[in-house]
Amino acid sequence: MMAGLLQILFDALSLGSLYALGALGIALIFGVMRLVNFAHGDVMAFSIFALLWPSVDAMAIVFAGNLPWFLLVPFVLAVGAGLSVLCEVLVFRRFRRASPATMMIASFALGFVIRYFLLMLFSSRPKSISLLPELSQPVEVLGAYIPLLQVITIIVTLLVLFALTGFLRRTRFGLEMRAAAENFTMARMLGVRANRVIMGAFALSGMLAAASALILAAQTGTADIQMGAGVMLMAFIATVIGGLGSLPGAVLAGFLIGAASVLMQVVLPPEARPFRDAFVYGAVILVLIFRPQGLLPARGTKERV
Amino acid sequence: MTRTSILRRTVATPVLLSLILVALALVTYLIGSRPFNQTMIDLFIRVIMVVGLYIFIGNSGVISFGHTAFACLGGYMAAWLTIPPMMKGTLLPGLPSWLAAIHLPFWVAAMIAAVWAGLWALIFGRILMRLSGIAASIATFALLAMINTIYSNWSSVTGGTSSVVGIPIVRALWPYLIAAVVAIFVAWAHAISRAGLALRAARDEPTAAMASGIDIPRERLVAFALSGAVMGLGGALYAHSIGVVTPDTFYLGLTFTTLSMLVVGGMSSLTGAVLGVVLLSLLIQVLRWLEAGVPIGTSSFALPNGLQEIVLGIIMILILMRRPAGLFGRSELTLPRPGQGGTTPRTTAGTPP
Repeated sequence: MMAGLLQILFDALSLGSLYALGALGIALIFGVMRLVNFAHGDVMAFSIFALLWPSVDAMAIVFAGNLPWFLLVPFVLAVGAGLSVLCEVLVFRRFRRASPATMMIASFALGFVIRYFLLMLFSSRPKSISLLPELSQPVEVLGAYIPLLQVITIIVTLLVLFALTGFLRRTRFGLEMRAAAENFTMARMLGVRANRVIMGAFALSGMLAAASALILAAQTGTADIQMGAGVMLMAFIATVIGGLGSLPGAVLAGFLIGAASVLMQVVLPPEARPFRDAFVYGAVILVLIFRPQGLLPARGTKERV
Repeated sequence: MTRTSILRRTVATPVLLSLILVALALVTYLIGSRPFNQTMIDLFIRVIMVVGLYIFIGNSGVISFGHTAFACLGGYMAAWLTIPPMMKGTLLPGLPSWLAAIHLPFWVAAMIAAVWAGLWALIFGRILMRLSGIAASIATFALLAMINTIYSNWSSVTGGTSSVVGIPIVRALWPYLIAAVVAIFVAWAHAISRAGLALRAARDEPTAAMASGIDIPRERLVAFALSGAVMGLGGALYAHSIGVVTPDTFYLGLTFTTLSMLVVGGMSSLTGAVLGVVLLSLLIQVLRWLEAGVPIGTSSFALPNGLQEIVLGIIMILILMRRPAGLFGRSELTLPRPGQGGTTPRTTAGTPP
């Protein structure tokens, strides 16, 4: 009984971690420039496919994926950050004065460009890869056997959250970023260099995308050009439920959605389980009716007249 | 200003747009080639869907990623109503017996599908229209994912992720043409109605509109339900044009194509919606042709798969950069007014469609 509960708890925490990391990457960019980044999921997929050599076979030809983990992880993070910054320099920089709706559609289109670029090189067939196979061994925690990957996912997410909080609170760059999120025009007038801050936000967001992609790929053992879409959607929902632009809200909502998904998996009758995500989406829409501003609304996002 | 004058002032737009579609149909008829006929059917279906999107997005200014879900509802309803009962029994054993026994002609089924999709749009809209701006857009995305999850997993009724086959294929062009023209006139009638005018006022000046007593969620709901119904019609006809539906037929790919056509043409213009489809369909056709391979001398030259979407995406981004309001902005195709001279159709800015 105890072991079962512990298993559920770890499932909820690790799924929540995945959603929280995704939501954080989306909320960071939204906070700084009011962009709902639909390309986030495709940045995730791209950073995993960067480990493979282009081919259309079902078996992945591992290329950079053969690196030892202490080189592999930084490599994937760098790819995510690099692509994300590239998106900002090539595309989003030209939308500084555009409305949030225009930027959102542009990011939607950009995501498609990235996805079909991957399709061109790798085909749409999911590929099996074994990434960091040593992580799939179970470890014993208080009598329950938990996959090592889950434990690491949770620890890594907590570390990332602490590091990010420290970065945003203690460094000058973090201060500038928070100022920009609060009131972008005012921050610029007070000497915050806008492009630098935004590029920093994109780099961080790209790294978060790559981190969640690594976890996802290690969990599922497949690389699929659509792999980011599901997590991205949940992450979007988490940012809206958490209060658009609020980083703590995004993280909290990410964990809540993870917990809700796992709970539904346990509670729902077996024949309704395939519809778990549909229930989660439905629940989300209900939450939005009662708290349209989100759980922890950010300051400065209220529409002004 | 009285209603008759706005009617007379703007009726030229849907008439001209319909004439363009009729002309395209005539050209197709004269050419008489089967593949070209299919291309034109695709084009008319996209016109229906993009006009459906325009009814909501264009008038309300709220981006919806969820309308493909209503096409999905319509497409599957058409499948349930028109597949021969013999096949339905084995293919979709979970259907209620009255639905399993029914066998309707495609046009009746398409109308029922439109009403069905519109009804669901009304139900979901009641909830979603209380949100605004970006939260609303993301919630519509969640709606799309929700419908897709349900239709992908409810195997006994929807066939799950595998294809539902046996939908009668309609190869004649004219039903699609008529439906597209109907969609255009519905969009126009809504745009000049009280609801449409109020919604556009709310889009441009929400505060002033609210102060003038416009109930924004209500006007949005009207447009949402109507556009959901038009999407349902589009989805039903789509099912009849290819004879197969899968949940992924109506997912991100279709959302991307229809949305890019609307954005390129101009979100706030009916002309933009229709001509955006015509322009991008032409482009897609050329790209498909290049992807299939063009013989040059003895060798053949083919573009890699996926380039079609990449080019579409890049064009969409470039248009958003250069002309965020789309090619047509807010202008509509109309005839010159009497006394202004000139005989060629031209665009006038500022007038509602």
